[in-house]
Parts: sequence; structure tokens; C-alpha cells
Amino acid sequence: MDTQITLRVDGADRPLTVDTRTSLLDAMRERLGATSAKKGCDHGQCGACTVLLDGRRVNSCLVLAVTAEGQEVTTSDGLAADGPHRLHETFVDHDAYQCGYCTPGQITSAAGVLAEAAQGWPSAVTEDLVADRTDLTDAEIRERMSGNLCRCAAYANIVPAVAQVAVEQGVRA
Amino acid sequence: MREFRYEKAIDPAGAVALLTGEPEGAYLGGGTNLVDLMRLGVATPDVLVDVRQLTSTEVEDLPDGGLRIGAAVPNADLAAEPRVRERYPLLAQALLAGASGQLRNRATTGGNLLQRTRCTYFTDTTMPCNKRDAGSGCGAVEGLHRNLAVLGATHEGPTSPHTCIATHPSDMVVALRALDASVRVLGADGERTVPIAELHRLPGDDPARDTTLAHGELITAIDVPALPWATRSRYRKVRDRASYAFALVSVAAALDLDGSTVRDVRIALGGVAHKPWRATVAEDALRGGPATEAAFAAAAEAELAAAAPLADNAFKVPMATNMITRTLVQLAEARA
Ligand SMILES: Cc1cc2nc3c(=O)[nH]c(=O)nc-3n(C[C@H](O)[C@H](O)[C@H](O)COP(=O)(O)OP(=O)(O)OC[C@H]3O[C@@H](n4cnc5c(N)ncnc54)[C@H](O)[C@@H]3O)c2cc1C
Ligand code: SF4
Ligand code: FES
Ligand code: FES
Repeated sequence: MDTQITLRVDGADRPLTVDTRTSLLDAMRERLGATSAKKGCDHGQCGACTVLLDGRRVNSCLVLAVTAEGQEVTTSDGLAADGPHRLHETFVDHDAYQCGYCTPGQITSAAGVLAEAAQGWPSAVTEDLVADRTDLTDAEIRERMSGNLCRCAAYANIVPAVAQVAVEQGVRA
Repeated sequence: MREFRYEKAIDPAGAVALLTGEPEGAYLGGGTNLVDLMRLGVATPDVLVDVRQLTSTEVEDLPDGGLRIGAAVPNADLAAEPRVRERYPLLAQALLAGASGQLRNRATTGGNLLQRTRCTYFTDTTMPCNKRDAGSGCGAVEGLHRNLAVLGATHEGPTSPHTCIATHPSDMVVALRALDASVRVLGADGERTVPIAELHRLPGDDPARDTTLAHGELITAIDVPALPWATRSRYRKVRDRASYAFALVSVAAALDLDGSTVRDVRIALGGVAHKPWRATVAEDALRGGPATEAAFAAAAEAELAAAAPLADNAFKVPMATNMITRTLVQLAEARA
């Protein structure tokens, strides 16, 4: 069933007509030419499609495009609107990828992790649930990034790439 | 995926009126379960009524010291809520043990309660499954069932229309069961409150039905009553990998001690039954008795005495017994 919507992707309003069955991920990739977010599984199991929706990381494969009207969608490309994001630079510095397919999802997810830590959100490995500050230790980064799989297993380099930005942003001791 | 109409209502009553008139329609929360099942061809609604922006996203204080959680509160926000972390550590931990950061940001409290089983035959439309296709039989009972139920299941063989050994996959629900939460529901005839114990059902002779809700009934909120001693509580989950996997077995427990005597205790199990399993046999055995490892283990064994495992999930029985015991030992040693 066709519906007219306007999606706001990486700062630009993009009107389009979509079938209600279209995911946000497919609308971006197949209709708007915004191919930064990737499709790995289409079932919420890999994180390759991660985008920020009004600043919160979500799996865009499980979001119906019609439900994202009026919300700000940010992909890894969008994070580089004013030059590379610090995460882009530390991923390069730490060689935090091999094929790169999972990387835009890793980057947007890491941006989400940093924002959640800045708000003091705990995780499953946080010892003190009521602590008001989060310290993104390696164990915390691994747990919080567990929704992003990397087929090339670049995890050993992704953790320090995220950790470096966490130190710069004051959420890691 | 079947074609569907996408609808928004102006208020909860409007949503109920809309869906009540659409026998094949469904509510849409975060969509993290429903959209997946639609893509798999397991769920085939012809109308989606979006309730994510319709029900409350607030966590409010109740007069008794409990909390009212709006149905649209995202799982991530509920886990991060300071009052939940302080008053109900087991609930925050259960939420944080579920899914991934991305999914928890999108998933709602109402949707989490009503997520469907992860039985692999349920999600495969080429296989027999009484839950998906009533009367077609059960592929799991003589197939892959390592992750399925050991308590309260119906097994009458693979071709019986009653057989189902599915488990409820939610972590959050296990903590809510331990906390005796209640679910506020709006239907065409008005509002009612359903104790969480009565929301989910055992498969019985009708495995197609997960819950006691009628079509069109909308979850508007979950009430969690005050339980001051829940500050000494914990959620533990055993799974095949350290993160981002469903539970094999999980335990939500709270312990109230009077010196070295158990004044009161709450224990609920996940991953073992069609609904979150409240361990009332173990609780009754422990109340008023000594808070020792031997007593915890005996109570856990008494609870699991009713287990009827199959060939490949028998490991869950000692696993559940050990987890109840270890969790209570840890709680007894912890400072409240
Ligand atoms: C890869 C993956 C891993 C996961 N791992 C875990 C895990 O480890 N532990 C865990 O607990 N969960 C896990 N989940 C499941 C996740 O928690 C659920 O998908 C989520 O909680 C569902 O919430 P939702 O708002 O997205 O629901 P939806 O998908 O929107 O809805 C689910 C059901 O609830 C109904 N519904 C929604 N809102 C209402 C309402 N207000 N009133 C009445 N009916 C309503 C819908 O019609 C639908 O039938 C995982 C999911 C995925 C995809
Ligand atoms: S266990 Fe239940 S859900 Fe799984 S195949 Fe059997 S009937 Fe279907
Ligand atoms: S493509 Fe969305 S999680 Fe894999
Ligand atoms: S770099 Fe290849 S999948 Fe992650």
C-alpha cells in the first residue's frame, strides 16, 4: 500500500512514496541512494544497519520507513558532515576493520554508546547499578557493542578505537 | 510480506476501536519482533495500528512506593531509570541482559511482554507448528528442542494438535513475575488490570494462544508494587555466548533476611516454560527456614522435581537448580 512520506536523512529532507512494507534501511539504500548503513541479516541480529534515530542507535532493518517520519536519521556518512568524526579517525588509526562492511554500523553504534555513557546508563556488566558515572572499560565497550557483529573479527581493534574517543569525551578513566 | 495499511489513532481508545474492527490487524510497538515475524511470513496482519507514540513513555510513582511504567517506555530507558536501578535491581539487570543496545532503544515495555517464542519451528513456515498453524503438529518435540521448555509443557507426541514445548523468551518478564507486577489493559469494554501471573498462559490444549488477552486489548501500563527488600535482588542469565543471546535458563530472585533466617523470598525462572515460571514450591520451602546453601539447594530441587525434560534439554534441570542455589547464596552474602 503506497504512502507518501518525508524522511530526514543526514540533514536533508527527502520526500518519497513508499510501500508501507519498506524498512527504513531499504528506503535509504534502494530509494534515496543513501548506502552508508548496510544490510547484513535483515533480522536485527547483526547491527550492520545501525543508524541514529533522533540521536538513539537503532537497527534500521526493523524500523518501518513510515514510522520514521519527522525523525532525524543519521548514518555514519552523516556523522562526517563537517569532516571526519573522531570515531572515523580512531577506526583508521587502530585499523578497526578489514572488509569494512560492518564499519558504518560499528561507528553509529559507538556514537550511541558514547552518548548513553555520557547520560550515565549502566550495562549488563556494570557492577554498581546506581553509580552516576559510567567508566567505559574494555569489558563495558565489548558488552555495549555486542549488537554489532564483525565477520572479519576486527573486535580486538574496534575496542581500542572506541576507548580512545571515550577517554577524549571523559567517559573512560 | 503481506500488504498492510498503516494507521495511527489519536488516543488509546481510538486505537482499541480501530483494532477491534480489524480481526486480522495488530498493534505495532517498536516493531523489533513483529516486523521480523512479518518478514518471515509468520505474522500476517493486514492493518498495523502504531501505538508507540500513543501509550505513555513515562515512569510514574505510585502512592504505595511502586512504579507505573507506560507501555511505550523503551526497554533501554526503563533499565536506565534511576528509580528502577535503586528499587528493583533485578528488573534493571533483566532488561540489560536482553537483546542489544540498539534493540533496547527501540523495543517498548508492552511489546517486550508480548514478544513471541524463539522456537525455530515457529519461525519457519515450512515446518509443522501448533502455535503458528493450529493443528499442524509440533516439529520441536522430536526435533531441535535444546532451548525449549522443561516445565508446564504439553507433549502428546509430534502429531498431536496440543503439543507445544515453547518457551517465553523475555528477560524482563521474569523479573516482573518475581515482583508480582500487574498489567493495565484497555479493551472495547473499558479498562482492566491483569496480574502478570495471569497474562501469559501454559500451552494446555491450545498452544496457539500465548496470553489471556483478547484481540484488540491494548496494554497501557505495567504497575510494579513496592517491595522495599527488592534492593537485595538479582537477575542472572545463562546463555550460549556472553552477550546478545536469549537465555538458556535465567533466574530473578529477591531475598529478605531476618538474621540468618529467610523472612521472605521471590524466585522466578526464565527459559524453562511457556510463561515466566514463579518458583512457588521453592519459595514456600524456604520461608521461615535457614538461609543456608543446603536449604537453597533442597528448595531448588523440590521446585524442579516437576520437570519433564526431553532428550536434548535435560541439562536445563540441573542448570536451573544450580542457578537458584547460587543466586540465593550470592544474595544472602550481599549487603542489602
Ligand atoms: C536479535 C534479537 C535478539 C533479542 N534478544 C533478546 C533477549 O536476549 N532477551 C529478550 O528479552 N528479548 C530479546 N529480543 C526481543 C526483544 O526484546 C523484543 O523484540 C522486544 O522487546 C519487542 O518489543 P517491541 O516494542 O519492538 O514489540 P513489537 O515487535 O512492536 O510487538 C510485539 C508484539 O506485541 C504487540 N504489542 C506491542 N505493543 C502492544 C501494546 N501496547 N498492547 C498490546 N499489544 C502490543 C504487537 O502486536 C506484537 O504482537 C531480541 C530481539 C532480537 C531481534
Ligand atoms: S514447541 Fe510450540 S512453537 Fe515450537 S514447533 Fe512445537 S508447537 Fe510450535
Ligand atoms: S541488517 Fe539490521 S541488524 Fe542485521
Ligand atoms: S570489517 Fe569485515 S565485517 Fe567487520
